[in-house]
Amino acid sequence: MGMTMTQKILAAHAGLESVCAGQLIEAELDMVLANDITGPVAIHEVEKLNMKTVFDKDKIALVPDHFTPNKDIKSAEHCKCVRNFAKQHDITNYFEVGEMGIEHALLPEKGLIVAGETCIGADSHTCTYGALGAFSTGVGSTDMGAGMMTGKAWFKVPSAIKIILTGKPSKWVSGKDVILHIIGQIGVDGALYKSMEFTGDGIKNLTMDDRFSIANMAIEAGAKNGIFPVDELTIEYMKEHSKKEYTVYEADEDAVYDEVITVDLAALEPTVAFPHLPENTRVVREAGEVKIDQVVIGSCTNGRIGDLRTAAKVLEGRHVAPGVRVIVFPATQKIYLQAIEEGLIQTFIKAGAIVSTPTCGPCLGGHMGVLAAGERAVSTTNRNFVGRMGHVESEVYLASPAVAAASAVTGKISEPAELGL
Amino acid sequence: MKACGRVHKYGDNVDTDVIIPARYLNSSDPKELAKSCMQDIDPEFVTRVKVGDIMVANKNFGCGSSREHAPIAIKASGISCVIAETFARIFYRNAINIGLPIIECPEAAMDIEAEDEVEIDFDSGMIFNKTKNRSYQGQAFPEFMQRIIKAEGLMNYINQK
Repeated sequence: MGMTMTQKILAAHAGLESVCAGQLIEAELDMVLANDITGPVAIHEVEKLNMKTVFDKDKIALVPDHFTPNKDIKSAEHCKCVRNFAKQHDITNYFEVGEMGIEHALLPEKGLIVAGETCIGADSHTCTYGALGAFSTGVGSTDMGAGMMTGKAWFKVPSAIKIILTGKPSKWVSGKDVILHIIGQIGVDGALYKSMEFTGDGIKNLTMDDRFSIANMAIEAGAKNGIFPVDELTIEYMKEHSKKEYTVYEADEDAVYDEVITVDLAALEPTVAFPHLPENTRVVREAGEVKIDQVVIGSCTNGRIGDLRTAAKVLEGRHVAPGVRVIVFPATQKIYLQAIEEGLIQTFIKAGAIVSTPTCGPCLGGHMGVLAAGERAVSTTNRNFVGRMGHVESEVYLASPAVAAASAVTGKISEPAELGL
Repeated sequence: MKACGRVHKYGDNVDTDVIIPARYLNSSDPKELAKSCMQDIDPEFVTRVKVGDIMVANKNFGCGSSREHAPIAIKASGISCVIAETFARIFYRNAINIGLPIIECPEAAMDIEAEDEVEIDFDSGMIFNKTKNRSYQGQAFPEFMQRIIKAEGLMNYINQK
């Protein structure tokens, strides 16, 4: 029986000829990741082990990005715990404030993960690296701790949903609209325990930034991983960012899928997910009059240079609506610097937005943009659960950078077309 | 191994942000996390919960963030088992890894109501609703996972290997 792309990567890492859906395997890991929230719990768990050294100091990444720059004393203690562990074990890929970024933008940028590899991360959005043709999935702290010491993790081999992307998206439609549309169609548990395997000739019309956004939100459909085939654009990206050797895996022609979905990219429109689930999607045209208090542009979903360029195109020569607070946070230091060099930051500040250092803070209601009762935000982040960005009576509307920027100008949920763009 | 207790009932898609909101994640102390458990979905939970109680929910329980703080908070609040129609996959792994008993049983999840008195036999996967006098067959864990549960968590299991 044929294997999916994910199954092939898992089989190779488990030292098996083939695997099938439902099989329990133990796989070798190429990268193990944690942040300042999940890291301390993992480090505490690791202390219970008889093993005293990490499996490979080059294959672990520790990125304090959530409550950094340290938002309070307790968070500072957590960061210190991660920093001390990194020092003690001489972890190569520890990224201090100043060189850090939001983990899921940072790891691909630093070339730490490439096609054909396996990665677990104690952060649910670890599935982002599927954009590069890697198997990559979120786990909890204990799994991460075990992976960090043993270099292995157990998996139940997933079945898959095949998602065929065709056509070319229109000007203001991005990867974010694609994934919101799909989650709206299949629901927040539509891919529970499964792989979302993207394929089709429409992929060539998606930038790497688009693909990262799409793979990033596979978890919002409950998926174990989201994965893209490796094409010329992927190879170009990996060559530019990494010295690691990559391996290209392709799904067998007779691979078995639980379900096949076709998405015509040309038919998609700017889309928004209403509170309080990412599946509550509507096209912006049908969103109605939804007045907003805050706009957030950034995160592991949409804080890459392409996202900032799109937002700047909409905000150029325009001004944020009175009473609306706009927070832009580039995902890494490199992206931040590039945005300065390209003049994007000037555009944001002249438009009345603020620009923050890279942090996960606002996305999860941690710091740098927490919402009060009754407030509404349009956000390019990935979750709009009850209380996600602050008060339980606040509301988050998920959208693309283009929609977020247009909404910032009008003060209500809007698409660029409403500005004559 | 058995659990017996009163039920706290929830619906679909209970996410880890409502189980333990991010504003409390600057701590990883189980007792401190337990004080804020379920706060954004059920503010009275922490005053109502008694040691041994059981949590029952519908589909996709524990979706969202990978924070292990969620099952840690539930366990530290005194909950002896979570029954759901389905669990989100990261929560499922985390619960097994930290030794919080969970059981998938759509029939039980749909039939059991808040305040019901429920008994669970983990060896057989049988769930008995004392209030309604009805039984449901839950899904037993694969042998591999049972070994992790019996070792009381992944780290002990690795040490024993």
